[in-house]
Amino acid sequence: MTVSVIQFGGSNCDRDAVRALDHLGVDAERVWHADGLPADTEGIVLPGGFSYGDYLRAGAMAARDPILNEVRAAADEGVPVIGVCNGAQIGSESGLTPGAFTTNASARFQCEPVRLRVERADTPWTAAYDAGDVIEVPIAHGEGRFEIDDDAHADLVADDRVLFRYCDADGNVTDAANPNGSTDNIAGVLGERETVAVLMPHPERATLPDLGRSTDGAGILEAFA
Amino acid sequence: MTAYTATVTVRLKRGVLDPEAETTQQALERLGFDLSDLRSADRFEVDLDAADADEAADRADEMAERLLANPTIHDYDVAVAER
Repeated sequence: MTVSVIQFGGSNCDRDAVRALDHLGVDAERVWHADGLPADTEGIVLPGGFSYGDYLRAGAMAARDPILNEVRAAADEGVPVIGVCNGAQIGSESGLTPGAFTTNASARFQCEPVRLRVERADTPWTAAYDAGDVIEVPIAHGEGRFEIDDDAHADLVADDRVLFRYCDADGNVTDAANPNGSTDNIAGVLGERETVAVLMPHPERATLPDLGRSTDGAGILEAFA
Repeated sequence: MTAYTATVTVRLKRGVLDPEAETTQQALERLGFDLSDLRSADRFEVDLDAADADEAADRADEMAERLLANPTIHDYDVAVAER
């Protein structure tokens, strides 16, 4: 599988994503947004960063970039797509996934390890885990508070499209474990297809064994393996 | 064609937490101001030429729908004036 990691002006986690995928034995390459999606693309990463300086809203500009039309078309054909951090903001701004990511309740940029409860294990992104597993993956964002209106939230829950929730070490979903004020502690959601997902935490920063305190994120990227 | 300025005001929907506005309110209170609430909004002034005010408003409305506002969290309004 060849994974295209799409680089926008201001992306800064694209290299990290390629390295993490390389480590997992996945063929991945960075793709400059203006060059369009390579024909052999079999997986897509929308990486983290600050595309277009977070102008207007985080992800708003990149979401209207022409390559997103290609990403949407590929997603509709079943190509796996994951948006991480700024990529999650781009995903929601572009309509790939529901809801919106906006200013943290703290009004601060937060860079810290968090724990996530795996809500479903029957998706490509979570096949390495069991439902209810608690994994540790870092966040690094100022605009990661998941917002969604009540009806859409009810639909999201009813359709079982919540992928990860912020939780404590024992897997309890509590206010104290919610780093940014996200609705229902939601950290990651699925699109209309299970092959499309976004999350604010950074799995590529918790994949390489010599990088930090956790390699729990590798299981998410193994979707591309 | 007539020259118009369409002013698009984008604000968070009522009930959506606005941490920046809360922080600003706290700073005003630290400065000794007495206030009961504060809301912030983004205002875009779009200069455009249109056949009439309705067309100018329609085009600004579409700009808000497609980019300037995020319907999940925002409300917006459009006001058009000749320029």
